Amino acid sequence: MTSSVLDQNVHLATVSGQSGGNSAAASQASVSAGATPEQDNLVLIENVSKVFPASRSRPAVTALENINLAVRRGSITAIIGRSGAGKSTLIRLVNGLEKATSGRVVVNGTDVMKLSEVDLRNVRRSIGMIFQHFNLLSSRTVFDNVALPLEIAGLKKQEIAQRILPLLELVGLADKHDRYPAELSGGQKQRVGIARALATQPMLLLSDEATSALDPETTQSVLELLSRINRELGLTILLITHEMEVVKRIADYVAVIDAGRIVEQGGTFEVFSAPKHPTTRKLLSGIPGMQLPGYVQAHLTDKPAATSKTVMRILFAGPHATEPILASLATEFGVRPNIMGGAVDEIAGRPFGTLIVSFPADEQRLTTIRQFLADRGLITEILGYVA
Amino acid sequence: MSPEQLISLLLTATGQTLYMVAVSAVVGSLLGVPLGVFLATSGKGELFAAPIANRILGAIVNATRSTPFIILVVAIIPFTRLVAGTSIGTRAAIVPLTIATIPFVARLVEAAIREVDPGLIETARAMGATPLQIVRKVLLAEARPGITLALTLTVVSLIGYSAMVGAVGGGGLGDLGIRYGYQRFMPDVMLAVVVVLIVLVQAVQSTGDWLARRFDKRTHPR
Repeated sequence: MTSSVLDQNVHLATVSGQSGGNSAAASQASVSAGATPEQDNLVLIENVSKVFPASRSRPAVTALENINLAVRRGSITAIIGRSGAGKSTLIRLVNGLEKATSGRVVVNGTDVMKLSEVDLRNVRRSIGMIFQHFNLLSSRTVFDNVALPLEIAGLKKQEIAQRILPLLELVGLADKHDRYPAELSGGQKQRVGIARALATQPMLLLSDEATSALDPETTQSVLELLSRINRELGLTILLITHEMEVVKRIADYVAVIDAGRIVEQGGTFEVFSAPKHPTTRKLLSGIPGMQLPGYVQAHLTDKPAATSKTVMRILFAGPHATEPILASLATEFGVRPNIMGGAVDEIAGRPFGTLIVSFPADEQRLTTIRQFLADRGLITEILGYVA
Repeated sequence: MSPEQLISLLLTATGQTLYMVAVSAVVGSLLGVPLGVFLATSGKGELFAAPIANRILGAIVNATRSTPFIILVVAIIPFTRLVAGTSIGTRAAIVPLTIATIPFVARLVEAAIREVDPGLIETARAMGATPLQIVRKVLLAEARPGITLALTLTVVSLIGYSAMVGAVGGGGLGDLGIRYGYQRFMPDVMLAVVVVLIVLVQAVQSTGDWLARRFDKRTHPR
């Protein structure tokens, strides 16, 4: 790591120090007492709606409706949703590439919607952005691509040259400085994109589906890089994605967006260990073990019959993921659950297990069992009944 | 005609052609490239959004391009006299050649710039680039191979157009071919003119292709 990159670390630590926390993302979560929302949050989106007016070819479209979202300093915050849910519009409000129809978008204490075009340009120079299709200039080498935002900011050639090599070292591409984008792999291109986004030492990094065009392995390494940048530079990251994998791996906070509305938000682990909205559940169902096998699903009924078994999903969150819960059920209640599905995974760095079991039980007994599990911090959900 | 005479005629005519083509290509490009950039960026919702100006300039460009060149030459004689001080001769011929070049270049440059990925414009905007920085550092830089080919095509077309300016005493290779080769039945002169033209066009095209390939880093790893 070099001095120029470290400078930023110091700077950010000072800024977040004012809000009473340190630059580590995890401890930010608990810091809120006494600080105003503007100090605590780098980005604050309040009551924002966005309507694309009607044109000759289509009626008016409401892309975003009454959005409220806060991005804590030093955090990685994810917005997840299907394509067309409004995520792209939402992230572009932050650097003013899109203008909200109503509401407030506050970045580092400044309402970006009130800024003149000139002031907005200055704010943009302190916000890095990376893109799904990398958006590198094909006519420039790796070095010159990373230099672009610095040229735009009006830095002298010599200053630019000093800054670039450390950045390329940070993303592991120092040896490719004179190559053209056409000579790089997708993962390497995104690393150049990241180096370019960091060049102006921004306070915020926006990531627009940065891994969606990459294969799983490359996605993994790019996510690790983003996570490292967040940790080591204390850089706040706001990302949009449709991939559960991305949120699960690196996000401290998540907002689930559906049809232009945020339907659920909070700590990543909290949201996904107790999903409330159908969209959130649907996203979770991508995780292996969350879904019932097809042949069970087909025989599932809503109402219990005399001889039917209850199908229940148990979510193990945190430390409970390793407890021998099925054995306890057998010894405490004499029930011998039949396992129909399950997996142990990790969300936001914490173990997260899911188990789908079936067992015969009447209403009263079921309530007792659920209470027993709830007392142990497990979340249960009755999926239905099978004969 | 003796070979010495033929060579002397050819040299003079080639010089005239090169002079006309060079001046009108340079002046036409200096005015045509910015016009093309404007046409490509001034539509509704674009970088320099000015839809009305865009439509008016587009109409003028279309009108100029649909006027047959030989008619343009005659139609703008008063303007030519104003600019060049005379309406006949090689210097005068440069005026209509330049006027015809501007919209030609503009449309080709517009097409080349529209080929640039709009995502790159957005990226530059996100970096806080001014519209002029976007034009200079993104649009012109990324469209350079396309613009090079456009200017090559322009020069080749100008060589063809310049054959018609004999009508206003412009001279040049085309004029030589018509007056000696056709009107005086001297097929050897005609042949020589055609050969020189072919060599000229070939040289221009090859140079342009070579330059465009060098500028194009999209698919040609070194």
